[in-house]
Amino acid sequence: MKYAYYPGCTAEASGAAYDATSRMVAKELGIELQEIPDWNCCGATEYFSIDHLPAYALVARNLALVDADETPQVIAPCSACYINLKKVDENMLKHKDLRADVNEALAEGGLSYTPGTVRARHFLDIVCNEVGCEAVREKSVHSMDSLILIPYYGCYIGRPEQNFDDTENPQSLDRLLSGLGAHVPDYSLKSSCCGGHMPQIGMEIALGILRRLLDLAAKLNGDAIVVPCPMCQLNLDAYQSYVNSRFGTDFHIPIVYFTQILGLAMGMDPSTLHFGENVVSVEPMLEKLKAAQPIEKPKKKRDKKALPMPLPLSQDKEQL
Amino acid sequence: MKIGVYTCHCGSNIAAKVDCEHVAEWASDLEGVEISRDYSFMCSSLGQELIQEDIQKLGLDRVVVASCSPHMHEPTFRGACQRAGMNPYLCEMSNIREHASWVHEDRGEATDKAKALIAASVSRVRYHEPLFPKQAPVNDATLVVGGGVAGIQAALEIANAGYRVYLVEREPSVGGHMAQLDKTFPTLDCSACILTPKMFEAGNHENITLLTYSEVEKVSGYIGNFTAKIRVRARSIDEVLCTGCGLCEEKCPVRIVDDVFEAGLGRRKAVYRPFPQAVPKYPVIDREHCTYFLKGKCRLCEKVCPTQAIDYEQQDRVLEVEVGNIIVATGYDAFDARRIPQYGYGRYPNVFSALEFERMTNAAGPTTGKVLLRDGVSVPKSVAIIHCVGSRDVRYREHCSRVCCMYSLKFAHLVLEKLPGADVYNFYIDIRTPGKDYEEFYHRLLEEGTKFIRGRAASVSDATLGEEEEGKLIVTGEDTLIGEQRRVPVDMVVLSTGLEPRHDSHNVARTFSISCSREGFFKEKHPKLDPIATMTDGVFIAGCAQGPRDIPDTVAQGSAAAARVLSIIGKGQVEIEAAIAEVNALTCVGCQMCIGSCPYNAIDFLEDRMVAEVNEALCKGCGTCVAACLSKSITLHHFTDEQLVAQMMGAMDTLFALEPVPMEA
Repeated sequence: MKYAYYPGCTAEASGAAYDATSRMVAKELGIELQEIPDWNCCGATEYFSIDHLPAYALVARNLALVDADETPQVIAPCSACYINLKKVDENMLKHKDLRADVNEALAEGGLSYTPGTVRARHFLDIVCNEVGCEAVREKSVHSMDSLILIPYYGCYIGRPEQNFDDTENPQSLDRLLSGLGAHVPDYSLKSSCCGGHMPQIGMEIALGILRRLLDLAAKLNGDAIVVPCPMCQLNLDAYQSYVNSRFGTDFHIPIVYFTQILGLAMGMDPSTLHFGENVVSVEPMLEKLKAAQPIEKPKKKRDKKALPMPLPLSQDKEQL
Repeated sequence: MKIGVYTCHCGSNIAAKVDCEHVAEWASDLEGVEISRDYSFMCSSLGQELIQEDIQKLGLDRVVVASCSPHMHEPTFRGACQRAGMNPYLCEMSNIREHASWVHEDRGEATDKAKALIAASVSRVRYHEPLFPKQAPVNDATLVVGGGVAGIQAALEIANAGYRVYLVEREPSVGGHMAQLDKTFPTLDCSACILTPKMFEAGNHENITLLTYSEVEKVSGYIGNFTAKIRVRARSIDEVLCTGCGLCEEKCPVRIVDDVFEAGLGRRKAVYRPFPQAVPKYPVIDREHCTYFLKGKCRLCEKVCPTQAIDYEQQDRVLEVEVGNIIVATGYDAFDARRIPQYGYGRYPNVFSALEFERMTNAAGPTTGKVLLRDGVSVPKSVAIIHCVGSRDVRYREHCSRVCCMYSLKFAHLVLEKLPGADVYNFYIDIRTPGKDYEEFYHRLLEEGTKFIRGRAASVSDATLGEEEEGKLIVTGEDTLIGEQRRVPVDMVVLSTGLEPRHDSHNVARTFSISCSREGFFKEKHPKLDPIATMTDGVFIAGCAQGPRDIPDTVAQGSAAAARVLSIIGKGQVEIEAAIAEVNALTCVGCQMCIGSCPYNAIDFLEDRMVAEVNEALCKGCGTCVAACLSKSITLHHFTDEQLVAQMMGAMDTLFALEPVPMEA
């Protein structure tokens, strides 16, 4: 499996751990990553609302640099990069005028892009749907059964609709982590926003959003929140102490990338998995993993008075 | 040949865009045209008399009326011709309204188009042949499919008129969704109290053969003469011996969740009656869950039955009944709220569906009418009712389910009645109360203190904050009246789930040769003027199977369907359309291509003569077989090749003569 690889700006700064562990995990899973030569920023969330055409051209330049014959699919580990690459490709395909304008801009640099030739994929999509949860499980040597892992997708996976996972109740990360043995609760805020760049605009709002996410994760006794997005990781990790001082809470929940958990499961040395770059210490989680005390699933008490509860759709055999 | 051409102004509907006087004058020069007139309203009595007079005085033998769609007035003008002694099939219509004046902006273009259409008809009508519809007798028995309130109503109306009815119901008892409800809006009368007398009457009527736990498997034949194959599933109970004492049900050790009648909120036994007032009174053994059928042991019911009515060996029976008409009233399915994961149904215990809540408030339901949380003990202090779950949502069902606003208001009222002082929130998009005394009921609720928040709820979650919210559900949504996000912690959420077509409605439609909308509701013959009939003569639809509606409308449709059936029975004979296909047995090679192509199963293969034959009563004259026939052996009367070619030539000749069409266009 060979793919073009678009690391995104965070790979060189706050999300270096994600980039490094994505490369490590990819290698272990037999995914060959061909980094796009001389790639540039995707414009993140802001540029599209400031100036349309340069924003599109900025992203399209990355697509133009992909050798589409050799690697017709490009992997982005960052959810924002992934959505931008996908959005630009789809909109250029849909709107002829946009395609012409963008290509006129690209021509200045001797480039052009034919929409539809490079398909953007999120790294989580590749791991879950190309490699497959079952294949990943087969590669794993350490069970995660001593950990409660909170799957937090952020708002970009599954949005806009008809993405690779459900918009409101995505399942890929849930399946991946349970496959590795972890206890994975139904985290109802899994696809809610992390605040994005809100800390730079309105700290009060950002902290409220983050508190809600952390509070529910703490209530579910999560040993860590597992994310597939460097923006989510940064917000939850770097501003956790802000939340504590603002609201008088005492959260110490490590925020880790799913690639780091995959690395642990596949037996990689924790010291190589960049856990030292986290703000909130990951040590308690690693200790718990080392102690390897499987979590006892709560016994279901049969309460005679209780009314029957509908089965979740995913477990209702008649509906599948 | 003497052809009369009549161009209608239709007030200004046609005349505003088509120069009718000019067109009429122009048409008088067409070959064979004896007289050409224009008139303001051809469909009026005076307009019709004009045609009749011309036929009689001028000896016309063909008539062309250029006006609206034949769907509208073909029977009118055919009737006029017939009254003047002309065969009605010698009259042809040109649609210069829908096909010309209403769709063209330019008066010149519309006038040219009208000329071409009229020329086409004049050219075609020359090849028309007189056709004579045949008569067939009508069997006076009726098949009613679905034992909900629509089916019961229709069956009773027909049975009371003195005719036999076969009432077929899939479940062990009649009653349908209405039997599950507690109170009915807006009068709040007890649903069971008003329904059970009708159920009992249907179950004991001398003219109704009640077939519960049964399904129609196959229907053949045509209006007046259908044959239906009905599978009567084995109840495992001898109905002659059973007294309905209920001892078997009481002693049965198996308890399973009842997903049908109790909507998943309650349990039932493996041998059961869905509810105490079930009609018929005999239970059924659910073989999928009965220990004896699963493991070969138990037979407890057999031991306790005082009349030896348990019969494990009973087999399904397949009945064949002959009926003249069919009413399909198969009802609806409730939307499965689990499909909207952000509302948490199936994820959080205290999110309930509307039908669950109906059962909860029902005195005969699992909680004996108490409003309780899922633990079966705690009483909620606050309840949020979310409207339009699965309805008015392009992601699920675009339609409005029509009853949800009203039953949501009823829920709010029942919560306040049973739990005075509780906080009740209604998250709504619009409150739709189109019915007698409905708006008044809404006003009553406004005064009772229910809180209304206008905006589709965004989510229901367990993401609580602080100790006082512990264990609650958080409903979020935009309050569009104040333009702010609302976050409402409540103990209980009720999802007002919409009505959707039965999951198997497409299959049922195929069985009865009727059609479905894309969604799956059965399609009526005309959405406004014929909502009861279908495109298949003799098959009628009633109730929610045709689209969501409330109980009064459903009952009205049940009666309407019965009236339609009774009028056919009363007539005693049905006229069979003459514009149908005919196979030329001399040239037919017996390849049977036509049989597969016919959407109405109207072609039989005669094994002895090795040729195909069209069943005159079933054929709808669609012409598919004509196209499929490899040996050109099928003729569709009134749509012969000659007639169609002449029609096209008439149109093309006129268009080319009027203005040469550039080849590039």
